[in-house]
Amino acid sequence: MITIINYNAGNIKSIQNMLKRIGVKSCISSKPEEIEQAEKLILPGVGHFDYGMRNLQESGLIGVLNKKVVADKVPLLGICLGAQLLGNRSEEGVLAGLGWIDMDIVKFDKAKMGESLKIPHMSWNEINIKKDSNLLTGLDNESRFYFVHSYHMKCNDENDVLTNTNYGYEFTSAVEKENIFGVQFHPEKSHKFGMRLLENFINLRI
Amino acid sequence: MRRIRIIPVLTLQNEKLVKTIRFKNPTYIGDPINAVKIFNEKEVDEIVILDITATKEKREPNYAKIEEIASEAFMPFAYGGGITSLHQIEKLFKLGIEKIVLNSILATNISLVSEAAKIFGSQSIIASIDVKKSLFGKNNAYKISGTSKINKPLIDYVRLLEQVGVGELFINSIDRDGTYQGYDLELIKQISSLVNLPIVACGGASNIESFLPAIQSGASAVAAGSMFVYTGSTRGILINYPKQTDLVEKIYNFL
Repeated sequence: MITIINYNAGNIKSIQNMLKRIGVKSCISSKPEEIEQAEKLILPGVGHFDYGMRNLQESGLIGVLNKKVVADKVPLLGICLGAQLLGNRSEEGVLAGLGWIDMDIVKFDKAKMGESLKIPHMSWNEINIKKDSNLLTGLDNESRFYFVHSYHMKCNDENDVLTNTNYGYEFTSAVEKENIFGVQFHPEKSHKFGMRLLENFINLRI
Repeated sequence: MRRIRIIPVLTLQNEKLVKTIRFKNPTYIGDPINAVKIFNEKEVDEIVILDITATKEKREPNYAKIEEIASEAFMPFAYGGGITSLHQIEKLFKLGIEKIVLNSILATNISLVSEAAKIFGSQSIIASIDVKKSLFGKNNAYKISGTSKINKPLIDYVRLLEQVGVGELFINSIDRDGTYQGYDLELIKQISSLVNLPIVACGGASNIESFLPAIQSGASAVAAGSMFVYTGSTRGILINYPKQTDLVEKIYNFL
């Protein structure tokens, strides 16, 4: 069973709709005892970094998530803000992130971008695959995904970078470290490309 | 490669999909769910659905229909029509839509934008401005599906919307709606020079060639109704969308 973590900071319905389309049962949960049973976890998220972190803290789920993800190595996929929360900290806020992946979240650097590019990065864009991964089976550098974000991930360990994307400059658009995955884009809103990525996540054997 | 978003706009009268010309004479097109399913297959960038009679008829959004549409929309989905409160906005996001489109309410309760932006983020709030030229060629903003003029100069109105924190401006030319005359490039230039917000241009697109001039005039994305629901100017109903290869060749390669 795929469990979508509900901490009141994400568009969970779209993710559930896409999983249903793929033909997979999922549950939406904010209960530690249900998350304890999860075989795979999805951490969605839209909005401000501190808002997301605070909601996660107040939901009382961080303990069980640490156990499941760090100790038991249950696969977890963070989406958008959910991917950013996997890092150490963000320029958007003051609260510490989950710290599972050694990365910082930084604002798009306007100085390195052309005049015509707006922030947020709100568009379809391609990925530049940096390492082999079962998450990307059947996908390639022509695959496109929908992005909406003003901040992006910046890994301190290059080995954690799964894909980069170009928007004015190359930034990290997906990360992978052992059982932990994070994608800045929205696979649940990215047609067959996002569907394939979610199918790959469902089929992962770790 | 840089891409821009190309967005079909579907106009509804409650549950029926219709298409207008200059915001008048709504013609029945079909069932919105069918249209969205076809747009899925065509892999459209995003979709905007506007219930154009909700405000006029003082109706709330038709949540059941929106939920049904959202369950079939595997692309970003924006909804507008009849939204007047934070409670409604929250309810809409829970149904699985990504963005809300505000229009008439902006004239009477603009603070709704900042309240909603604080919770859901600016990126999820689109301000839609319907623009019509006066007899003397001056651009004015309208509300309630183009039936009531907003008594504020367009320039001031646009700047105010940026200040209160909308994420995008959806600029719809009433004069060009359904006419296939091309986008109102002067209008796009005027508004994009005033604000830093992404602008979605709408009204007048006739084919793929219409898009590049709008982008070069300052739009960040382009939207269209007629060209995506009709085939050619004879207006036979056919849900359609350009192929990626054509978009690359005719637009993206020039960005």
